[in-house]
Amino acid sequence: MPAPLDPNPRLAEYAHPERLVTTAWLAEHLDDPGLVVVESDEDVLLYETGHIPGAVKIDWHTDLLLPVERDYLDGPGFAELLGSKGIGRDTTIVLYGDKNNWWAAYTAWVFTLFGHEDVRLLDGGRNLWVAEGRELVTDVPTPTPVEYPAVDRDDTTFRAFKEDVLAHLGRGPLVDIRSPQEYTGERLHIPDYPEEGVLRGGHIPTARNVPWATAVSEDGTYKPRAELEAIYCSDPSAGGLGITADDSVITYCRIGERSSHTWFALRFLLGIPDVRNYDGSWTEWGNAVRVPIAAGDEPGEVPASVAARAAAA
Amino acid sequence: MTDAATTERLPAQLAEIVDDFLALSEPERLQLLLEFSRELPDLPARYEAAPGLLERVEECQSPVRAFAEVDDGVVHFYATAPQEAPTTRGFASILAQGLSGLTAQQVLDVPEEFPLMLGLTRAVSALRLNGMAGMLTRAKRQVREQLAA
Repeated sequence: MPAPLDPNPRLAEYAHPERLVTTAWLAEHLDDPGLVVVESDEDVLLYETGHIPGAVKIDWHTDLLLPVERDYLDGPGFAELLGSKGIGRDTTIVLYGDKNNWWAAYTAWVFTLFGHEDVRLLDGGRNLWVAEGRELVTDVPTPTPVEYPAVDRDDTTFRAFKEDVLAHLGRGPLVDIRSPQEYTGERLHIPDYPEEGVLRGGHIPTARNVPWATAVSEDGTYKPRAELEAIYCSDPSAGGLGITADDSVITYCRIGERSSHTWFALRFLLGIPDVRNYDGSWTEWGNAVRVPIAAGDEPGEVPASVAARAAAA
Repeated sequence: MTDAATTERLPAQLAEIVDDFLALSEPERLQLLLEFSRELPDLPARYEAAPGLLERVEECQSPVRAFAEVDDGVVHFYATAPQEAPTTRGFASILAQGLSGLTAQQVLDVPEEFPLMLGLTRAVSALRLNGMAGMLTRAKRQVREQLAA
C-alpha cells in the first residue's frame, strides 16, 4: 500500500505533487509501513558518515550500472537489488542524495525505466535535511529481503539513445543541462569534475542551454511551478524555451545525471508527457564519429546532411 | 590486478596501506577508506592562512586542494576537502600518510597505478579512483618543480 501523500500546499501546484515530499513530511513518516528511504550520492562513502534514519543506500556506479558494459542492470538484476533492500513492487520509495539530488534524480529515472510506480524525491535533498539540523544516523539497516518481480526495462518511453537524438533533430526541443562553458565548447567537462576523456566540445545542434541549477531555489528545492514554466515553457521572446505539452523533449548533460534532475522537473512537476533523458549524453556524443556538433553560444541549425539521412531512414 | 613485484616496488609505508586494504573484504575496504577520511590531518597554519598555495585537483569530483611540499629532500603532502566528500578525503588521507616522509625520488618513483592497487575498483569504481590518480600525478609534478627550482 502506498504511503500517504505530502499535503504541503507548495507541492500541490505541481502537475504531479505525489512525486515530491518535503523534509518536514519525511521526518514524520520515516516509520510508515510500505515506505523505504533510499540515499543515492555522488560520493560513495557519504551514506556511511550518516544518513536519514532507516535509509538504505543505492550507488549509481556500483549498483545501477553494469561493471563492464555502459548500461544499466537488467530486469532480474533490478529485482534482486530492490528486493535485497526490502523494496517490493508496491513500496513507496523516497529518494534523496548529495549534490542537490543529482544522483537521487538519476536513480529515480532508472527506477522509472523499470516502471516502479511510486518513486518520490525528497525536495532539497540531503543538503536541506542536514541544513535543517535533522537527524542522521550511522546504523545501517538490515532489511528483510522481499520478492520483487523481474520487469523488463523500458528503454523507449523515458530513455533516448544516440540514434534517437539524431532522429529527433529538428523535430523537438533539446535541453542541454551543462554549464555554459561546456555548452559553447570552451571546456570539455564540468568545472572541477573529473576529465572523462571527451574529444570534442560544443553541443548537439538546436539544443538550448539551461543549466540544471536554473530549476532550483537557493535551498535546493525545486522552484515554484510558475517559475519553472517561465524558464521552460514561456515563449522564447520572453526568455523561455517555449516547450509545450505536445512537444517531444530530450534532455542531456555529460553522463545523464544532471539532466535527470531536469527530466524530473519537466516530466513530473510541469507534467510534460513525452520527455526522454539521453544518458549517453556528451560523453558519447562528444566522442562519436559523424554526428553534428555546434560550438559557441547559438543553438545552431540541423545540418542538411543529417536532415537528409533522417528523411531517408 | 596487483602482483607481488609491483607491491615490492613501493616504499614500505605505501605497501603497508595496500596490504591493509587487500587483507579486507570489499565492503570492509570501504570502511577502511572511511577511517582514512577521518584521519586526514588539518592543514598546517601557513596553508590555512593562505589556501591559494594549495593547488586545486581538477580530476576530483569534489573541491579538493593539495600540495606536495619538499623540505630538505623530504616530501610532505597536505590536502583539504569538504566533510561532505569523504571519498575524496579518504584518497587525500591515503596520500598524506603514504607519501609524507618519503624522499622526493621515492615519491617520483611511486607507480601511476598505485590507486588501482588498493582493491577499490569494484567497491568505489575506476572513475572515482581517477581522483586519487590526479592527486598523485599533481603531487609528483609539484615535487619535480621544487627540485628544479
